[in-house]
Amino acid sequence: MGNVLIIAQIQDGEVKKATNSTVTFASEVASHLGGAYSILALGDDLSGQSEALAALGAQKVFLAQADGLDNALAERWAPIIEKVVVDGGFQVVVSPASSTGKDVLPRLAARLGAGMASEVVQVAFNDGKLNYTRPMYAGNVNGTVVIDTPLEIITIRPTEFEAFSSTGASPVEKIDVPQAPEVLGKIEFLGFEKAESTRPDLAEAGVVVSGGRGLKSGENFKLIEDLADLLGGAVGATRAAVDAGYIHNDFQVGQTGKIVAPDLYFAVGLSGALQHVAGMKSSKVIVAINKDEEAPIFQVSDYGVVADLFKALPELVEEIKKVAK
Amino acid sequence: MKILVTMKRVADPDNANKVKISGDGTQVTSEGLEWKPNPFDEYGVEAAMRILEDGVGSGKLRGEVVVVTIGPEEVTQQIRQCLAMGADRGILVSGDDTKLDAMIVARTMAKIVEKEQPDVVIMGKQAVDGDSNQASQMLAEILGWPQATFAGHVEVPEDLSSATVTREVDGGAAKVKVAFPAVLSVDLRIVTPTGVTNNVATGKDYQEGPRYASLRGIMKAKKKPIDKLTLDDLGVDQTLQVRTVSFTQPAARSAGVILETVQELVQKLQDEAKVL
Repeated sequence: MGNVLIIAQIQDGEVKKATNSTVTFASEVASHLGGAYSILALGDDLSGQSEALAALGAQKVFLAQADGLDNALAERWAPIIEKVVVDGGFQVVVSPASSTGKDVLPRLAARLGAGMASEVVQVAFNDGKLNYTRPMYAGNVNGTVVIDTPLEIITIRPTEFEAFSSTGASPVEKIDVPQAPEVLGKIEFLGFEKAESTRPDLAEAGVVVSGGRGLKSGENFKLIEDLADLLGGAVGATRAAVDAGYIHNDFQVGQTGKIVAPDLYFAVGLSGALQHVAGMKSSKVIVAINKDEEAPIFQVSDYGVVADLFKALPELVEEIKKVAK
Repeated sequence: MKILVTMKRVADPDNANKVKISGDGTQVTSEGLEWKPNPFDEYGVEAAMRILEDGVGSGKLRGEVVVVTIGPEEVTQQIRQCLAMGADRGILVSGDDTKLDAMIVARTMAKIVEKEQPDVVIMGKQAVDGDSNQASQMLAEILGWPQATFAGHVEVPEDLSSATVTREVDGGAAKVKVAFPAVLSVDLRIVTPTGVTNNVATGKDYQEGPRYASLRGIMKAKKKPIDKLTLDDLGVDQTLQVRTVSFTQPAARSAGVILETVQELVQKLQDEAKVL
């Protein structure tokens, strides 16, 4: 019997949808192992999130609350997660492949001598072993990995798992948070600068409108924003657009940026570089607008329009407004 | 001041769609593709240079930059590329990529750190072939050092005792200060013109991206030393914890239709795709 521990993702006081996707993964793994899943959340004060966490069907919800935990320093978090894992005898630890998950879990893995698989998109059970599928080479190859240590550490790509929803009420336990380790004296958290946006979170939005270097300037991203706002969507960008300084790097979609899979993805004025496609190819419907008919983005899009974006985007906004009426 | 930069060779990432899977699905082959330093590791070399340079692009360092890799003998070529950028020397630990996982890499680097006693280890945030993003965090834990991952900006004081690092994280940027010795993993933005501030090289900005090697740099690199070691020499535990047992080609998206007008697009999105 093997139990699974989920590390919840909480941002801006909200239990992120990525946590619900992780529950779907964990519940599948737990059923393979004949065990159950529990959730651990870490933060300064989790009284506001406790109820939402308890509604995720977990055997137990652990809350680790102490000053400074909102800063999510790996040095601080790893020993706390370690304690819960060891005390609870968990066999699999999983977190969304958020920036925190990616930062903390490898440190935890080294601490516990456990093998780790990153950005898992699928799990199967063969010959008594969990088989994890994960994209490699910018999504051009899927590797299936097995982990040979008794404890297995995983980050999952939330876009590849349905978000779990439930109305249960799991028991909640506040854990004794272990003392800060010595290494914490070597790192100081100075602050968090939030990328201000009134639009939905890129990783969770149902519609994403992304622009590339074809936009030619940061001001022109207004055209992208107009379409996104009309559809209640998020704004994304290519690495080229970010490098050119048109938009903040938090909006980068791609292999090393955000991975998105909305119902509708608009790729505007972007060629479709491999590393960009790696971050959006799981989108349900992809629309490409580019004036170059040879652009590789048309090879992965469901609908393509060969046109000048400066003309096509305003037209598209008007046309959608018309049908919305 | 000594900075250790790790470097992995990878098949040309701009042609990652041309890698092939062997018939039995147990291997990825990159025949015909050029080997290159992992881009993020190249950014690591550039960042190390910028941290130590006494003037923007001067090439004169207030310390030593050592490039370390694990791989076959041929990786000397990619090490020389890094040495041509201005790094001082290289270390090649012979090893076969298929017999490594992130933990073995981290353990190997920990042994090199023990031997070399650097003040900072800089690693690319991920190798763009395996895309795992684990080794730097594991190394920091093994060493008991602080970690500043996904660094988009680094500022060091003149005495090089610490780094203030802006980390690229979900929803914005987190700023941390780490006392050396520390492990840094670098993200794309570290090689923007203002990605590194060392408070000595001032007055103008850097070029966009990692520097190109000059002809002189390439000539000099030929004479720079590369130490060769084996995993056994270093006494590294080589037990694989994570094995990739098979590779498959992900289902490709097929190209859809090209439409003539925006009106047609909206009609398709509404009636066919039903997403409006």
